[in-house]
Amino acid sequence: MELKSIIESLLFSSSRPLSVEDIRQVIQGVGDKSEDLSLKVFQNVKGDKIEQELRLLQDEYEELNRTWRLTCVAQSWQFVCLPEYAPWIRFFTGEKARPPRLTPPALETLAIIAYRQPITRSEVEDIRGVSVDGVIGTLLERKLVFQQGKADLPGRPSLYGTTPEFLQYFGLSSLDDLPDASELRRYAINPLQTVGKEVERQTEEKECRPEGVEPAVRQSELFPKEDDNFENLNSTHE
Amino acid sequence: MAEYKIQLPVFEGPLDLLLYLIKKEEVDIYEVNLTRIATQFIEYLEEMKKTDLDVAGEFMVMAATLVWIKSKELLPVDQRSLEDLEEENAIDPRWELIQRLVEYKKFKEVSGKLQRWEVEQEDVFPHQIGKQNFPTQEEEFKLNVSLMDLLRALNSVLERMEERGMPKEIEGERWTVREKITFLKDTLRKCGRMMFSELFRSAATRLEVVVTFLALLELARLHEVQLEQAETFGEINILDISVASKNHF
Repeated sequence: MELKSIIESLLFSSSRPLSVEDIRQVIQGVGDKSEDLSLKVFQNVKGDKIEQELRLLQDEYEELNRTWRLTCVAQSWQFVCLPEYAPWIRFFTGEKARPPRLTPPALETLAIIAYRQPITRSEVEDIRGVSVDGVIGTLLERKLVFQQGKADLPGRPSLYGTTPEFLQYFGLSSLDDLPDASELRRYAINPLQTVGKEVERQTEEKECRPEGVEPAVRQSELFPKEDDNFENLNSTHE
Repeated sequence: MAEYKIQLPVFEGPLDLLLYLIKKEEVDIYEVNLTRIATQFIEYLEEMKKTDLDVAGEFMVMAATLVWIKSKELLPVDQRSLEDLEEENAIDPRWELIQRLVEYKKFKEVSGKLQRWEVEQEDVFPHQIGKQNFPTQEEEFKLNVSLMDLLRALNSVLERMEERGMPKEIEGERWTVREKITFLKDTLRKCGRMMFSELFRSAATRLEVVVTFLALLELARLHEVQLEQAETFGEINILDISVASKNHF
């Protein structure tokens, strides 16, 4: 039995997206409980290996050219249908339950928090040049951001960061999927405060992403490439 | 009285307005003539005030900054105070503003991308299956089987056999435990599991029932089958061991 096939069967029969850790626990659990040596083969399989197999599967589905793909959203894997079939699926299953679309100020604020987290409200305001009080309230309510803690600054202001729901909402596999992630994350408004955090984040990333493994395909890559001149889309004043 | 209103584009803030003005100039941010932009910026604020009195404080702060930068640039270098020169060595307000603009522009672009993804996600439908609510082992079989349970089950089978009143003239064939073990194993390999009562359905004689029962006990002893009973005095299930271990997972 191939490890890849075992993983595929789990993904296929799961009612929710599965993380690498979910899969690893199942495989280990089967090995632990069973006396059959053939079921113990992958008992101690590492997360890296599972991730590699997931990527192989992902490529295979791509090549098969079926109407579904294997994707990774918020570090969890699941099969999704290609968006061009949405009209039929929607007719059949009904509209996806999704909250109203975000306003431009909310999206701007969210973008800043996503790159610069953990970040205080006033730092966001410095970048946007406007107050973000109400907007952050909305984002908190929709669970797209959360209070990560308090900054070591006068008044102990709250630090905000994005949630897994944020990744899910936009179909991102991780924060690395954000465009120009390295460049936009790099310089911070208050270097003294964020240097420590930056180091922390980098080590975290190392832990969860094994070397030589490419970030997963973002769900939005299911969509035909558009020109990257997205300015037009967002501006209210063309 | 109807008031004539000029429709002004909505800006997210002063930086947004500045970007718009620079774009209109069709120049690179780094080469922009801030003095001219400052004039346009203030003109815009005037326009906003006419149509809608509520010009946010942030716009006023930016206007002040722009005027300050403009005033500095208008002064010939030799007329500037020493203090100013020193200050300028530290931070060039023009450069600082341009950097803020560049940074803001990037985030604005990213937010456009987020917006596009948000819309795209409305078209992504995941593979969905209903939650698979298979009864767990604990729910299905509350008890494992005791020897007494087995004997009780055997008795009820034998009683049923008495009731049927087996024809005496048919001679009982010779059943061996070995044969019955093979039969049981084959059946279980095919079906995975069977019910205790089912086991004797085909049995013709009391002897055959007993031999079959012995075969079952032997298989249980060898851990080749697992016997389970959901409730006291309930039906006993015979499971092939491979099926049993799978179910436990």
